[in-house]
Amino acid sequence: MMRNLLSKFGQAAKLPTLSFALAFSITGLLIAFSDPKVLAKIGSPLEFIKSGLATIRNSYLALFQGSIFDINLARGHNFFQGFYPLSETIVISTPLILTGLSVALAFKSGLFNIGAQGQFIFGAIGASYVGFHFQLPIVIHIIAAALAGTVLAAIWGGIVGLLKARTGAHEVILTIMMNYIAGYFIFWILKTKTFLRPGRFDPMSPEVGLNARLPRLAGDNLRIHAGIFIALAAALFVWWLLKKTTIGFRFRAVGANAQAAKTAGISVPIVITSTMAICGGLAGLGGAVHILGSERALSPDVAGSFGFDAITVALLGRAQPLGTVFAALLFGALRAGGRTMQANTGTPLDIVLVTQALIVLFIAAPNFVRFVFRLKKLSSSASLTSKGWNG
Amino acid sequence: MSLELRGITKTFGLFTANDSIDLKVEAGKIHAILGENGAGKSTLMNIVYGLLKADSGEIFVDGKLQNISEPSDALSAGIGMVHQHFMLIPVFTVAENIVLGHEKIGKFGVLDIAAAREAIIKVSKDFGFSVDPDAIVETLPVGIQQKVEIIRALIYEAKVLILDEPTAVLTPQETDELLKTMQELKRKGTAIIFITHKLREVRAVADEITIIRRGKVIAAVSPSTSEGELASMMVGREVDLAPDRQEHEIGEPILVANNLSVRNVSGTEVVKKINFELRAGEVLAVAGVQGNGQSELARAIVNLEDHVEGSLLLDGHEIRGLSIYDSLHAGIAYIPESRELDGLVSSFSIAENLILDLHDQAPYASGINLSAKVVSEQAEKHVLEFDIRLQSVSDAVSTLSGGNKQKVVIARELSRPVKVLIASQPTRGLDVGSIEFVHERILGERDAGRGVLLFSTELDEVLALADRIAVMYRGEIIEIVDSNVSKEELGLLMAGVVNEKAVS
Repeated sequence: MMRNLLSKFGQAAKLPTLSFALAFSITGLLIAFSDPKVLAKIGSPLEFIKSGLATIRNSYLALFQGSIFDINLARGHNFFQGFYPLSETIVISTPLILTGLSVALAFKSGLFNIGAQGQFIFGAIGASYVGFHFQLPIVIHIIAAALAGTVLAAIWGGIVGLLKARTGAHEVILTIMMNYIAGYFIFWILKTKTFLRPGRFDPMSPEVGLNARLPRLAGDNLRIHAGIFIALAAALFVWWLLKKTTIGFRFRAVGANAQAAKTAGISVPIVITSTMAICGGLAGLGGAVHILGSERALSPDVAGSFGFDAITVALLGRAQPLGTVFAALLFGALRAGGRTMQANTGTPLDIVLVTQALIVLFIAAPNFVRFVFRLKKLSSSASLTSKGWNG
Repeated sequence: MSLELRGITKTFGLFTANDSIDLKVEAGKIHAILGENGAGKSTLMNIVYGLLKADSGEIFVDGKLQNISEPSDALSAGIGMVHQHFMLIPVFTVAENIVLGHEKIGKFGVLDIAAAREAIIKVSKDFGFSVDPDAIVETLPVGIQQKVEIIRALIYEAKVLILDEPTAVLTPQETDELLKTMQELKRKGTAIIFITHKLREVRAVADEITIIRRGKVIAAVSPSTSEGELASMMVGREVDLAPDRQEHEIGEPILVANNLSVRNVSGTEVVKKINFELRAGEVLAVAGVQGNGQSELARAIVNLEDHVEGSLLLDGHEIRGLSIYDSLHAGIAYIPESRELDGLVSSFSIAENLILDLHDQAPYASGINLSAKVVSEQAEKHVLEFDIRLQSVSDAVSTLSGGNKQKVVIARELSRPVKVLIASQPTRGLDVGSIEFVHERILGERDAGRGVLLFSTELDEVLALADRIAVMYRGEIIEIVDSNVSKEELGLLMAGVVNEKAVS
């Protein structure tokens, strides 16, 4: 049983792992070739290779230092501080897990949710409003704020589902447009009296109340907060929903063959609407957790690129809940480590984006990976992307 | 020109699709290859045509060894193939389709299509076809599209023509016409390989018959062999071609349609004010040439169509306008026309497909919890009852053969309390053994007092199963006749000719 599960997991992780390895090899070359010090030695091949390898090593070492553990921070009085990078990785990964789950769940129902960004924004708006406007007892305040964000975003996502179910409009177009609306809506709302922090002229909301803040897990010096548990619970929820419930059964049936699902009496419009609502809720919870856990106040760029990276994360995680968690952690690490890499070795932060893009490129082109590694068979995940478009 | 295969062997993993097959086809002969689905006929033909590479074996044309590794090799060796699914571009004209891949550039770099047009007219004249080279392919009936494929093969001078299940998509009239065409080609010296599992057609035109079972040549027999013998050689056991139909009391009307009309998406009325009464314990067959409104009528009964007018009473209750879910749970079982598209979720397991309709009911579900254990336990029961051949109920349904897939659909549909069974082309594409099983189940439902509405374009099937036959033509039921009607009369009715004698 256990061995069976392991081999299944290994099978599913094969393509992402190989894509990952390939992407890092190519990125390594880019790092070496973009370093003028290395290029200066192009005259003597041996020196060139030697210094190239050194640059690559230093860059990846910095990437590690910036994302997992930094020995320099651990020296001195507090060894624990050495894990500051890991804490940052998890802080970035937490909202990414939730938005990634949002996109992954949509994939399972045959929908391509590009709208996690907008849903995230509405989650952040709802959570911050309840967070700074009300004074509620501890725990209750957190729940109320998170719930407000989740529900608001679920409605925002549900609108897309309803429009698709009723009119047949394509969810990709709808969600892209809804992202624009959300993006400008947050600018506007931060200029209203309700949201603008008293005494400030730049768009920034008041901080959420102390009772509404997610507790920090490792003292005040590390930013890691309880949101990671919410994110993991959400992953468990999505897994349970898909595997163990009749609702998930309908989602998967519609995702795999909507026509057969319809013929067997499953209501496709209801599935589409409820999927998009739940996906919206997940991304919205991401926004809420981001506000309540690390940001504390609403700002126009609160969403960063969490909603868009989510697509990459869900693809890399092959739309599986567990896979999405791993993929989000990886991306969080790349983001956190990228900064250190830039600071320490001068390798531009953008190289991390190249790595991310390459990983997705290889995931989407499994035959290429198969060709490179001379593999006989790789279960394809390309269908994941194409299905959303056809749906 | 003759084609000879010696010792063709092809394996896929552990599965041997072709096991040292020998075959000889002479010029001016129709050589039928008969076998069940999955017997290895298509694999063999794909090897001959260069779409697959044999593990071992040799192909000779006129005694010369050929190295065929892709279709162009086959074409230059004089081998042409008409596939079961046509390789035509629907929005192109006939002439454009025929020059495809052999385009000639004329003056000013413009595509020269005149030569192709002339060639089409010449071949059409030689073989007695009437095909307009400028017609858009998608506007042509299926039978004509097939002729376009044949013309293409002839223009590129195919001396050996492979027809892969050519009649599967044709109406009875079109089938007869194709058989005539084949005889014409044969007279002109073309060697024809005719792949099929339809016994009647084989006996009508074949000069030689080779029977393949599980990748091996079982026998080479003459066309005078009886249908029963051919069937048992194909399947490997005795086959009952004419199912026993017990005479019994027919009950009260259970499904009544009054002035039922269906419009398609573009607003055209495809079913026009139809009236019929289906009674408990009878099989009412709806016969007709494909595309005369039968599919839409079948779908309308389960409320899969959106624009339906009129009334539809199930056991006295109006069911028109119910949701699909409610229609199914009111007591309608529905075997859809396309099991791949409408019947099954191919990536789902067999067990999951068996509960597609009942997944939210006890014992499978309590609240929103779905019990995987109960689902697979019940699946095991269905597998036994319906004799579904599989390795595990948790395998994807796409791993099953066509016959077993259809058994999954039927098992699912009959696992609800059923008053009426709507079976739309239930044996399309199935082999003899599976057809026999499906027919038995349909008659079983009839004998158990259910009403069965059978939509079929197969005359033999209609005549074997029906108590009464409603003939649909251009969206109307033009006649309802008794099942003792002759095949000829039924054929005429299907062509829209209302004959006094055919009316009972």
